[in-house]
Amino acid sequence: MADRGGIRWMARRDFIRGAGAVGIGSLVGAAGGLMAGQTTVLPVGNGDRPLVQYPQKRPLILQTSRPPQLETPFQMFDEGAITPNDAFFVRYHLAGIPTEVDPDAFRLSVKGKVNKPLDLSLDDLRKLEPIEYVAVNQCSGNSRAFSNPRVAGGQLGNGAMGNARWRGVSLKTVLELAGLQAGARQVRFDGMDGPVLPGTPDFAKALDVDHANDGEVMLAYSMNDADLPLLNGYPLRLVVPGYFGTYWVKHLNEITVLDTVLDNFWMATAYRIPDNPCACVVPGSAAKKTVPIARFPVRSFITNVQEGATVRAGRSVLLRGIAFDGGYGIRAVDVSITGGRTWSPAELGKDLGKYSFRQWQARVVLPKGPQTLQVRAMNAIGQSQPLDPLWNPAGYMRNVVETTHVMAA
Amino acid sequence: MNQIRVLGLVMIAVGMSAAVLAGTLKIELPQETASLLPGPGADLANGQCLTCHSADYITTQPRDKPLAFWKAEVEKMRKVYAAPVPDDQIQAIAEYLTRSYGSTNP
Repeated sequence: MADRGGIRWMARRDFIRGAGAVGIGSLVGAAGGLMAGQTTVLPVGNGDRPLVQYPQKRPLILQTSRPPQLETPFQMFDEGAITPNDAFFVRYHLAGIPTEVDPDAFRLSVKGKVNKPLDLSLDDLRKLEPIEYVAVNQCSGNSRAFSNPRVAGGQLGNGAMGNARWRGVSLKTVLELAGLQAGARQVRFDGMDGPVLPGTPDFAKALDVDHANDGEVMLAYSMNDADLPLLNGYPLRLVVPGYFGTYWVKHLNEITVLDTVLDNFWMATAYRIPDNPCACVVPGSAAKKTVPIARFPVRSFITNVQEGATVRAGRSVLLRGIAFDGGYGIRAVDVSITGGRTWSPAELGKDLGKYSFRQWQARVVLPKGPQTLQVRAMNAIGQSQPLDPLWNPAGYMRNVVETTHVMAA
Repeated sequence: MNQIRVLGLVMIAVGMSAAVLAGTLKIELPQETASLLPGPGADLANGQCLTCHSADYITTQPRDKPLAFWKAEVEKMRKVYAAPVPDDQIQAIAEYLTRSYGSTNP
């Protein structure tokens, strides 16, 4: 079915001229972009959201304004493997966010169970050996609005994710400069943002020392070859590749080495998943035992055909999209037009690294009538995606095989 | 919804800026647009809930949830986030939220 020969990677303009570019509909403005002041609709109950332009951002889906939570409109993921800085999602927890940062005055303190406490400027960090890689950041609550039964929390569609080229210094390099003392167990990360009320737990996260020292966890001062946008953590954020965004602490200015396990609200109560292989429970039930959320499960999406689109019947139709996982790397992507009974391999695009979105494309020929398009990916250790959604009380870890309903005519 | 659309357009007009002055990056956040529905208890909800977050934290939640859901949210705000909600306001706020944004089915 899928003709793997002679597939050409289609330019964006070809796609817009071709069939299938419906469903974006009224969201497309005269310039072909999304316009602030319009409303977008997530395909769930109570899914109307305004598109609002924030500083250093293009119009994005406004989930909440104080503190800001902005979602990337999904059609932007069709524009390439890298998510532009001005399209990258924004998620804060507490409304005391910095709106003014002087990079010359900024200091990162490294303290706690270290031999030599540090107070590093951005220049100090830039003088250390840099590392660079492409990595997906995905909010733990990405796709939460699709949980059934619905659950409390940010009611996000699929756009609380993004893929960027991060550059900075390895956390390991900085911890070596400070020198870990014997008995160090975790490293705590705190940023410049904070609560409104003094009694609200400040947002801080921790990683085990071995993870913090893996050489890949990064103190990032650059995103897609530019400074971080302020709302993405300027001037410095933690990058924990393969792990959910809750660990990617923004405006990072305090690193504390602990000889204990951090037991604040954000580690001990929030951001936890059922302690079983599927991170799931019977829908509507509670988890008996939980663990902190960690790596992304495998996900894949069709990006060039929208739900409800009309496509040509009886002729080759191009499908393309993205896939990613928690850092093992995508090995294969398959598509199905038979409701998951049969699958055909897609062609993988350029490999930008094991933490990156991996683009894919495939061609299908659809008979006339209502059809379903499905995509699933498999990573290098054989993990894939379930055909039916898994459920947990916080609406985390969604990675069901996505289904796009179309009309072939 | 109309209100949100109109306010969204206003926000374009007032404009938002990101300025770099003498090395300092400074941004101005857009105005909040969402507000809570009027009704009995709205004054309590406006007074308590909106201290720490905007109204869209509430208005975007699923609309199929009963009183127990909203009461648990109010209690979480008090217990976890230290919101100073007096005992005798919890039920009234939860009932307001259920009436305005929830389901009347238990």
